[in-house]
Amino acid sequence: MTTDELKGLEVASEVDARGTACPGPLLEAKRAIADCPADGVMCVLSSDEGTIIDIQRWSKKMKYEYLGDLEDDGFWRIFFRKTS
Amino acid sequence: MSEEKQNMEEQITQLMARVDELEENAPNDSLCLGVMDGDYDKTMAAFIIALGAVAYDMEVDMFFTFWGLSALRDPKKKVKKDLLGKMFGAMLPKKASKLPLSKMQMMGMGPPMIQAVMKMHNADSLDELMKKAGEFGVRIHVCTMAMDVMGMKKEEMIDYPHIDYVGVGAFVGMFQEAKQCWFM
Repeated sequence: MTTDELKGLEVASEVDARGTACPGPLLEAKRAIADCPADGVMCVLSSDEGTIIDIQRWSKKMKYEYLGDLEDDGFWRIFFRKTS
Repeated sequence: MSEEKQNMEEQITQLMARVDELEENAPNDSLCLGVMDGDYDKTMAAFIIALGAVAYDMEVDMFFTFWGLSALRDPKKKVKKDLLGKMFGAMLPKKASKLPLSKMQMMGMGPPMIQAVMKMHNADSLDELMKKAGEFGVRIHVCTMAMDVMGMKKEEMIDYPHIDYVGVGAFVGMFQEAKQCWFM
């Protein structure tokens, strides 16, 4: 997805894992995904760059659709869709 | 023709039996970790990997033996012990946060330094990782033989939601059924 497409996404569930280190953000995503509606977009906020690849691989395994990431001021917004 | 058909049916029956057998012996999507080193860093690595596996919906069994047991002690819990047990108890680290480092121990200066640096980088401490592991259903199995040798009692172990006390038989059973087993 392009930056503009990512910015325009309607996020169903957001989890702020900034300030936590590995494996915090992945676990926060795992915890929050249960409450995300099916086909909803989830956004994970992480200040740990490693989370991007973590979520990419993890969403592949979980059969979610990885959408991309946006870099913000010292953190990243990482998007994926809870495809069912 | 009917003979051919019969042969086919026989082959299918045999195949089905083999598939059943294979399915029965197929590994679970689980990870088995043997934790023997009583080092702060190595125990921490074990818990980080366990939690990563949990995120992938894997079940995790951690088997703690020998020096690994120190991580599971709760210093607030006092129990009666014989002389040898008392000696071991006094010489071994009293809780997870008191474990030594495998490197840069620097006569006791290393661990508080590393823990301060970890805090600076928002990395979870071993205590926090263990608490999370409990929340996410990571199972801890404690080797009773090692407990006996070191004079440790169930009554002095941490309050962990999924803890039990087992022998090597249970551990072998676990790693036979698991997809992966690491001993660290």
